[in-house]
Amino acid sequence: MEETRKNLLEVRDLKVSFFTPAGEVKAVDGVSYTLGYNEVMGIVGESGSGKSVEAYAVIGLLQNPGKVIGGSITFEGEDLLSYDEEQMRNMRGKNISMIFQNPMTCLNPVYTIGNQLMEALTCHDDKISKEAAKERAIRMLELVGINNAEKRVEQYPHELSGGMRQRAMIAMALIGEPKLLIADEPTTALDVTIQAQILDLMKDLQRKENTSIIFITHNLGVVAEICDKVSVMYAGKIVEQGDVGDIFYDPQHPYTKALLASMPRLDEEEHERLIPIEGTPIDLLDPPQGCNFGPRCKDCRKICLTKKPPYADLGNGHISACWLHFMDGAVKKEEA
Amino acid sequence: MVTYTLKRLGAALLTLLIIMTITFFLMNAIPGSPFLTEKSTPQQIALANAKYGLDKPLIVQLKNYVVNYLKGDLGTSLKMQEGTPVRDIIFHQDKFIISIKLGLLSLAVAVILGIPLGCIAAYNRGSWLDGFLRVMTTVGVAIPGFVLATMLLWIFAVKLGWLPTISGQLPDFKSYIMPVISMSFYYVCYVAKLTRTSMLDAINQDYIRTARAKGVKTKMIILKHALRNSLIPVITYLGPVTAGIITGSFVVESTFSIPGLGKYYVQCVMSRDYPVIMATTVVLSALVIFMNLVVDIAYKIVDPRITLTNKED
Repeated sequence: MEETRKNLLEVRDLKVSFFTPAGEVKAVDGVSYTLGYNEVMGIVGESGSGKSVEAYAVIGLLQNPGKVIGGSITFEGEDLLSYDEEQMRNMRGKNISMIFQNPMTCLNPVYTIGNQLMEALTCHDDKISKEAAKERAIRMLELVGINNAEKRVEQYPHELSGGMRQRAMIAMALIGEPKLLIADEPTTALDVTIQAQILDLMKDLQRKENTSIIFITHNLGVVAEICDKVSVMYAGKIVEQGDVGDIFYDPQHPYTKALLASMPRLDEEEHERLIPIEGTPIDLLDPPQGCNFGPRCKDCRKICLTKKPPYADLGNGHISACWLHFMDGAVKKEEA
Repeated sequence: MVTYTLKRLGAALLTLLIIMTITFFLMNAIPGSPFLTEKSTPQQIALANAKYGLDKPLIVQLKNYVVNYLKGDLGTSLKMQEGTPVRDIIFHQDKFIISIKLGLLSLAVAVILGIPLGCIAAYNRGSWLDGFLRVMTTVGVAIPGFVLATMLLWIFAVKLGWLPTISGQLPDFKSYIMPVISMSFYYVCYVAKLTRTSMLDAINQDYIRTARAKGVKTKMIILKHALRNSLIPVITYLGPVTAGIITGSFVVESTFSIPGLGKYYVQCVMSRDYPVIMATTVVLSALVIFMNLVVDIAYKIVDPRITLTNKED
């Protein structure tokens, strides 16, 4: 019980910038969150909001010219940012795993599924025998619901369907029994039925294997399906964070509200129109002085354009960065 | 795989037949005769023509070639080494062997140096090492073999006296050095360039990110995941080139006075030694065809997505 109360991952004020010829792009600008053992957190946001970059920073896969320039990432009490490349390599696959968006291109086409699964074991453990690794690979494939696993380990990625490949990717990510799985849009490239199957599988495995998951997506439906808590990101910052119920039924930040309003719902009137979010995301090369969402916000006030909003604590771990929370109660009521 | 190979062999025989036909008519289209010298009289020429069957209609001559080749008889030399069986000239007088030795060695150098150099350049992209290799390979593919050969001769044989000027039958290790460098330098550079490009392409693929996320060591990522995927363009290039290298470069053989097949081939054409021209052409063509088959099978080994089937299947 003691263990469950401690946090698996703590990210504090993380800042990641890309140093491009055009200038510094602050892709992640002061992101903080904690993730407990056995917890699933969704990171939601539109393209370019920095949700993937933030995750790449955690697993240490940032590519040039991206750099962590501030903050801390603590995994089981260890400061990951102080790790060198070899230590990080040892973390990857063993303690932290990742699955990606496009299963069609994420597996190496010239090696068998089995070879690639086994590699995830052998690259951390020189002593494991080939037979044992293969046995484990077959068991993992069975666990992710691939029939005929003995045959599948000998097959190449091109001989498997998209959904099957994503299952194989999940098997590969979980074979080392990691404590944290980062899933970067794992269902986006799949069709809807397969999406649902993969989500069910991930929920199931999360329970069986006791893995914490960071689930990155732009699909709010997926978040509602699988996550315990949600961080909503906009332009490199978390604008709202809270339990999945609070975010869906009691959203406080105008961006979250707008996002939910733009999503099709089954319980809506038949001819009800979806409400798009007007405008385009800000230019991260030249961020505004005030709130990043200010220029697109329907409730934008003067102060929103001149000063960055602080987080308002709304109780139960629910936070939202918006000036509206700091104005008189009437305004807040009206919005809700 | 077996049916495929058999089909390809059948196609190869047909190709060789066509090559023989074309070579035969081209040969006969060049004016002159193997027996034409300053002293020869028309009667002597007619006699010699009759002796070797050159008086018969062309189509009959061609038929005789084909029938004899099927029996394994490549004919006898008319001029270069009058009366000697062509088969002996090609296979038993070290000409073929010398060219093959030199060629295989050059090919090995091209692969053994070219691929790692390309990997090193790709891995250190943008560094001074990459820059140096880029300049070297660009210069390498721009310098013609004969210029390099002459330069090497002048520096190492004439000025420094470290290496022999005439390589001859390639008796020792020293005599190989300059011919092999002259023949392989271009290929080393080209293979390095090709490997670098396709390696960079491979490194940016999603499966490399997956491998990194698994915690695979950087060395293994390059050697296992990226290299195999980047070898396909290199194989495509090496196939036809291999035949070219093995059959020897006339220029290099001439520069270093190596009595190889390449040099001999040109001399045969000059002296209209028809059976030798024909046999050499067929042997070289067979080698090219064979290398193409090897390349196709190598593809299959490197990339499992490629299936070896004929279109009709």
